[in-house]
This record gives sequence, C-alpha cells and structure tokens, in this order.
Amino acid sequence: MHLILFFLFAGFCLAGAINLLLQSHPINSALSLIVVMTSLAVLYLLLGAEFLAAAQIIVYAGAIMVLFTFVVMLLNAGREERTLGSRAARIVGFPAVVAILGVVATIILHAQGLGTAALSQGITSTEDLSRVLFHDLLLPFEVTSVLILIAILGAVALARRGDGEGTAQK
Amino acid sequence: MTIFEFFLWSLLKVAVVTVVLLLGVAYTVLLERKLVGHIQNRWGPSRVGPFGLLQPLVDGAKSFLKEDLIPTSVYKPLYLLAPLISLGCALISIAVVPFGAPNIGPKGMDLFQISDVNIGLLVLLGVTSIGVYGIALAGWSSNNKYSLLGALRSSAQMISYELALGLSLVGVVLRAGSFNLRTIVEQQATKGIVTWNIFGGFQFLAFFIYLMAAYAETNRSPFDLPEAESELTGGYHTEYSSMKFAMFFMAEYANMITVGCVATLLFLGGWTSPFGDLIPQPQNILVHALVPVFWFVAKVFCFLFLYVWVRGTLPRFRYDQLMNFGWRILMPLAILNIVGTSLWLAYR
Repeated sequence: MHLILFFLFAGFCLAGAINLLLQSHPINSALSLIVVMTSLAVLYLLLGAEFLAAAQIIVYAGAIMVLFTFVVMLLNAGREERTLGSRAARIVGFPAVVAILGVVATIILHAQGLGTAALSQGITSTEDLSRVLFHDLLLPFEVTSVLILIAILGAVALARRGDGEGTAQK
Repeated sequence: MTIFEFFLWSLLKVAVVTVVLLLGVAYTVLLERKLVGHIQNRWGPSRVGPFGLLQPLVDGAKSFLKEDLIPTSVYKPLYLLAPLISLGCALISIAVVPFGAPNIGPKGMDLFQISDVNIGLLVLLGVTSIGVYGIALAGWSSNNKYSLLGALRSSAQMISYELALGLSLVGVVLRAGSFNLRTIVEQQATKGIVTWNIFGGFQFLAFFIYLMAAYAETNRSPFDLPEAESELTGGYHTEYSSMKFAMFFMAEYANMITVGCVATLLFLGGWTSPFGDLIPQPQNILVHALVPVFWFVAKVFCFLFLYVWVRGTLPRFRYDQLMNFGWRILMPLAILNIVGTSLWLAYR
C-alpha cells in the first residue's frame, strides 16, 4: 500500500516538475508547482512526518504559491516567447546539468550519518519534532529566523525605494 | 476489522456525511433568505411548500436546468477547473470533523467521524488554504476585469486573514496540547459550559479573532469585498452561469458550515452538553448516540444564525479598512493572546 502510494505521488511530483518547465504560460507553471508541492507533502506523510506534510500544504501550497499566482495575475504576464536557446547552452548546458546532478547524487549516497527513513506506519509526533526543533537545535533555529527577518527587511527596503518619485506606474 | 470492511464503512460514512452536508447547505441558503427577509421586514420565500420549505429543491432544479454558457474568451481548462476546486475543498474539509461521541458503533469504530487524524486541525487549515485557488483561478481565467479584481481582492484578503485565523487557534492548541480535534473537545468538556475554551479557558479574545477572520475567509459580509455586487457586479463569479455558479455558491455555504463546526469544536465544547454531568447519562444506546449529535448541530446552527444576523446588520468594509483591520488589529491581538495563554499555562 505504502509503495503504491509512493510511486503514484512520486510520479505526480515528477510529472508536475516536468510540466512546470514545458508550459509556456506562467500560470500553468505556477499550478504545476502546486502539484509538486502537494505530492511532496504526501511523500512526507508516507515517511511518517505528518506535521511537516501539513506545514508543506499550508505554507507552500496554500500561502507562498497563492502569492505566486497573485503576482502572475496582477502583472497579467503573457506567454513567454519560445526560443531555441543559444548553441553554447545546448552543447555545454545539458552535460553540465548531468554532471552536477551526478556529483550531488554520489555525495549524498556516500555521505555518512545522514540516517535513513523508511516508508512505514510509524509517525513522528509533533511533540518529538518540536522537542528537536526548539530544544536540541534551538540556536540554529533562532539564527535562521533572524536571517529570514533580515531578508524581509531587505525586501521591504528595496520595495520602498522604487515607490518614490520619478517611477510612475505604467 | 479487515481492510474490506474498513473501505465499506468509510464509503458509507462519506456518502451519508456528504448528503447531509449538501442538504445542510441547501437549507442554510433558505435560512439566510428567511432571516434576512425578516430582518428587512418582509417574508422571504414563502410560496413553495409550507413556509417555503421546498424552496431549496426548486432552486437546485433551476440551477440544473439553466443554460450553461461559456464565454468565448475564457481560458477554458482553468475556467472549468475553478468551481471544482472550490467545491471540492469545501466538501473535503468536513472529513476530519467529529460530530458525535467517540466509539459508538459496531466493533468500537467511530460512527460520527469520517477519519480521526492526529493533525486534524492542520488538515482543516490546509484544505481551506487550497480553496483560495478556486476563487483566484476563476477570476483570472474569466478574462473579465471585474472577475480579476474580485480574485485579486480575495487572494489578498484570504492570505491576510489566514494568518490571524491560524494564530487565534494557537491558544486553544496550547491548552489541549494536541492538534487532534477529539482531544481538544475532550480537554474542554470536563464540566460543561464553565470549562469550554471560550469561558473557562479564557479564549474569548481568540474566539473574537477567529470569528472575524472566519467571516473574511468565507467571503461573507461585512468582508464580502471579492463579490461586492455594487462595485464588481459579482466579482470572481461574474462570468459563471447555471450549475457552475451554483457550485461556487454551495462552496461558500459549505465553508460557512465547516467554519461553524470548527468554532464549535475549538471554543464551544464540540458535541458535549453545556450542562456537563448535571444531566445523567442516558442508558438507551440510541439516545446516548444521538444526544451529542443534537448538541453539535444546535451549536453549529447558532453559529450560522449569527452569520446571517451579521450579514443583515453590518455594512461592508472599505478595502483599506479591511487590510488595516486584519494586519494592525487582529494580528497583534492574536499574538498577544498567544503570549498571554502561554504565560498563564506556564505559571499556573
């Protein structure tokens, strides 16, 4: 049962990701990304990470992607033009992508101490997760949140600068 | 219980609950028309059946039989998908709601809940947050400026108020120490009305915030800007006709019911009686099973009544007022409530 669900949603995930690249209309790409996020949530659930799955849906599929579609709708972005791409990109690009993916994959496969997770009935409770997050890894967690806060402040500062005089709306 | 039995029972429960929910939706529409009618000093629907009780059936038949127009310049795949997403999410979210006492039924299974999930509350929030896409895509794919404006308003409004909504529930979760809806109800139901979260749990501020945010999330008056008919001719569903329009309509009312269920579960003691142990437990198994369902439905009904009452009474917010209210008042209040509740729990 778990295996069937895993292959089903892994398939959805890959199909969504490929569709994301192939679609020429931004809103279709955004919707494919939602499919990817949601299937990822199901995969998390299969690994027993129920809180992570719910957070994935609420935060990524429900909030961040709404902002994406919001921006696409607001700017009313049209179809992107399809070019064949430069020759250099085709000659160098594809082998480079394959090479990088290979290197990353081998590093992950050979890395020690990553631990494994199996498809199982077991469930990591929210309590266990929060104990790790807010007790064992408190400092990294807080540092990350400060980092995100700085990013937000930076974004606000950049957005305000463009709002001044001289930059009339089109 | 074998897996076959499990599937059979689940299918049965899904079918029954869906039918009851859709009937509830139909009669909520009638309730609203009747109540708003009386508030405005007129009768409301009164011709079809006794007291107009058959009006929902006639409305349904009318929606089915109307011509289904698809405007020429819409983006068809998303135009057709949008009402499905809206109604689908509205119907799915009822799946985790427990509406009766646990463990009544053959072989100790839950008869009054489709699925008992550890993270029931998060599932509800997640499904509701996906529901935004129905409205957003409907507005965008209609290729109509009014629809687009309605969709943009609704996306912005739902993102803003979802934050306040989620934060207002944290206090309740802190008190129960669980996301499981059954645990949350059982934690507050020890002594009837005095231990409900809204009174004994000192979560009335959270309840107020939840109420406001829920009105905004379901696009109901006084926050019904996405479909403000006086300025947007109907907003996101301007270009929809017949059954597709009815699907948006049903989604809105199903969402109202779900929101009422959540308020009941989190703040008003769920299916438990407000008198606690003052009334002795009935011995008859049938009465024992049905009395909790009665309390649950009664509480949800009060909530729906309040919804309609507010709609008949309050004028619509202006858009900037809406955003200011969400971000500058509800958000800080919700955070204040979290801090207060955690301090109280820590130093109790």
